[in-house]
Amino acid sequence: MSTITSPDFKANARAALGDRQLQRALSEVAPGLAARRSAARAGLPEFEALRDLGRDIKDHTLAHLDVYLEEFERKATAAGSIVHFAPTAEDARRVVRNICRQANAGVVTKGKSMISEEIGLNAALEGDGLEVVETDLGEYLIQIRGETPSHIIAPAIHLTQDQVEADFRRLHTKLPADRQLIEPAQLVAEARQILRQKFLAADVGITGANFLIAETGSSVIVTNEGNGDLTQSLPKVHIVLASIEKMVPTLEDVGTLVRLLARSATGQEISTYTTFSTGPRRPGDPDGPEVCHIVILDNGRAELLGSEFREVLRCIRCGACMNHCPVYTAIGGHAYGWVYPGPIGSVLTPALIGVAKASHLPNASTFCGRCEEVCPMKIPLPGLMRHWREEEYSAGDTPLLYRLGLRAWAAAAKRPRLYHTLARIGIPLLATLGRRRGAFRWLPLAGSWTRHRDLAAPQSRTFQALWADHKAGVPR
Amino acid sequence: MSGAGDNRDAVIFKIRQALGTYDSAARRSAVAARLDTPPPPLVPERARQAKERLRDLFRQYLEGQSATVLEVPNAAEVPAAIGGFLRGANLPLRLRVGEDAYLEALAWSTEPALERRKGPAAGDDEVGLSRATAAVAETGTLVLASGADNPVTLTYLPETHIVVVEDKDLVGGYEGAWDKLRARFGRRAMPRTVNLVSGPSRTADIGGQLVMGAHGPRRLCVILVG
Repeated sequence: MSTITSPDFKANARAALGDRQLQRALSEVAPGLAARRSAARAGLPEFEALRDLGRDIKDHTLAHLDVYLEEFERKATAAGSIVHFAPTAEDARRVVRNICRQANAGVVTKGKSMISEEIGLNAALEGDGLEVVETDLGEYLIQIRGETPSHIIAPAIHLTQDQVEADFRRLHTKLPADRQLIEPAQLVAEARQILRQKFLAADVGITGANFLIAETGSSVIVTNEGNGDLTQSLPKVHIVLASIEKMVPTLEDVGTLVRLLARSATGQEISTYTTFSTGPRRPGDPDGPEVCHIVILDNGRAELLGSEFREVLRCIRCGACMNHCPVYTAIGGHAYGWVYPGPIGSVLTPALIGVAKASHLPNASTFCGRCEEVCPMKIPLPGLMRHWREEEYSAGDTPLLYRLGLRAWAAAAKRPRLYHTLARIGIPLLATLGRRRGAFRWLPLAGSWTRHRDLAAPQSRTFQALWADHKAGVPR
Repeated sequence: MSGAGDNRDAVIFKIRQALGTYDSAARRSAVAARLDTPPPPLVPERARQAKERLRDLFRQYLEGQSATVLEVPNAAEVPAAIGGFLRGANLPLRLRVGEDAYLEALAWSTEPALERRKGPAAGDDEVGLSRATAAVAETGTLVLASGADNPVTLTYLPETHIVVVEDKDLVGGYEGAWDKLRARFGRRAMPRTVNLVSGPSRTADIGGQLVMGAHGPRRLCVILVG
C-alpha cells in the first residue's frame, strides 16, 4: 500500500500553506476548473435532472451489486476476458504480478488508475524487476519525481511548468542539452517522443476503468490524451483494474453518467476519448491485445456497502469536490496523506486505511457544503464526514481539549439565556475591535486560523436581537 | 489460476452479507428485467432537434474541440476533400487505412497522387483514415468500432486522423449510437473496442495550459458525407 502520512495531516497542511511553489501551482489551476464546470452546467438545462438519474442508477446497481457482478463476469468471460476477483490489495497485486510473470514481461505501460495507487502496484512490479511506465502525462510527471498524485484527475496539479522543465532536463539526458523547453507545447512534445517508445516496447498494458458494463461485459476508460488507448491496444496483454462499485447495468446508463462526468470534472462537454473494451482481439482483428484480464477489487468496499457510508460508493471520481473545496484548494492533495484527497478522500480514506490513522481528514472541513452541491452523484459528503466525527467521538479518540471545548459550547447552547448573554457581550466587542478592516489578522486563541487567513469580524448586533427588532417592526 | 473461484465467492458473499440479502430468483429477475429494458434515459433537448440543426451542432462542437469538419455532398468527392486537406496542412499524401468496403469503393482515381497502405498503423504512419459507425451531434462525437475494416491503431498512432462519416449515421444523442451498435453487432454484444472520439488528443497537465497532440493525433479531420 502507498505510504500513509494522514496522521500528520496538521503538519502537512501547515507545510503546504507555506510552500510557495505549491501555492502558485494551485492558484493557477484549481479556480479555472471550478469556473469551467459552472459554465458547462449552465450549458445543459437537463444537468440537475441527470444528477438525480445518475444517483438512481448507482443506487439501483449497488443494491443488486452481487447479481450485476456475476452477470458482468459471465458476459466478459463469453467475450474472451479472464476475470479475477481480488478481496484485498494483496490479492490484486498477486494476480497482476502473476500475469506479468507468465507474459515474460519486461516493460509495463500504465494508463491512469487510482486503484493502482491504492494497492501500491508500481512498487510491487518494480520489485519484480519490471520497468513500469506511467503514460498519463500528469502521472508521468509525478512518477519521475517519485511523488504520488495530488488530485484524482489532475495528478500533477501541484507542479509548475518550471519544475517540469527541470525534471525533463535532469532525466532526458539523451536529448540535446541546449534544446528549448519554454512553451508547454515543447514539454508535451518531448514527453510524447519519450513515451511513444515505451508504448511500442511494452509487453503488458494496465488501465483502470471508469465503468464496467453488465450488459456487454465491457470496461470503459475516459481520457483526453489517448494514452489509455495506446496502453491497451499495443501490448500483447491488457489488464483492467477496477473496483466493485464501477459497475453499471447498460450502455444507456453509461450515457447518463458520461453526460455528468466531464462536465463536472473539467467542464468539457465530453472528454476527448471514451473507450469501450470488450475482451481480447477478435478473429480477423489486425491489432489489439491477444489476452485481456479484468481484476475486480473489493479492498474494504463491501463493508461500506453495509454501512451508513454506502453512498460514497456512488462516486465516479470526477474531482469536482476537490476543485470546489476551500480546504483542498488551500493545501492541495498531498497534505491529506494518502491516495484520495479532498472531501471524497476525507470520507473514503478512513474506511480504507482505518479511522485511527485518518481521523484528521473528516475534521478538515468547514462544512460549507459546496462538495455536496457540486457532486454529480449527490453524495452527502459533509453528512458522511459528520458520521466519522461521531464515530471518532464515541470511540473516545477526539483530543481532550477539543472535547472540553465541545462540552463548553454544548453547555452554553443548551441554555438560551446564558448563550444570548454571552453573545450580547461578545459580538459587539468583536465588531468594535474589527470595525476598521472588517476582519481580524490576529485573535487570541484563534492563532492557527489567522496565521494563514483573516477572520471576518461579526456584525455589530446578534441575530436574535435583529430578529426581535424585525418582529417588532423596527426599521433597520 | 487456482483460487480465482474462491476469491469470487468470497467477494460476492461479502457483498450479500453487507446488503443483508441472499441469492434470490426475485433479485435476479429484477436485474434481468433492468438489463433487458433499461428505463428510458433522459436525452437532452439539444439532441432531439431536426436533422439540419443536428448537423450544425455536430460541426459546432467538433470545431470547438479544435477538429476540422468538411462537408461534401456525396461519397465521390471524399478523395478530393482528403487530398485538399492534406495539401492545405502541408502533410504527405499517404494514408494508412483498413479494409473498410465503403472506403475501398471511393473514387480514388480522382486523386491519383494519394497513396493508400492497408492494415493497422505502425509508429511511423503519419495519416490514418477511418470510417465511423456513427456520429453523435450532442457533443460532436465520432463512434468508431474496431476490426479489420477499421483497426483501432489508426485512431491513435498517426499524428493526423481523418474520419469519414455518412449523414445517415449522424444521430442526436448517445442513445442513437447505442442503437446503431446493437443493430450492427447484436444485442448485448460489442466489438473489441468502441472509441468515442470528440477531438484531437490533448492535455492540460503542464501548468493547466491546453496542448494538442498529447499522445494521439494532433489533428482530427472529419468528413461528413451527404
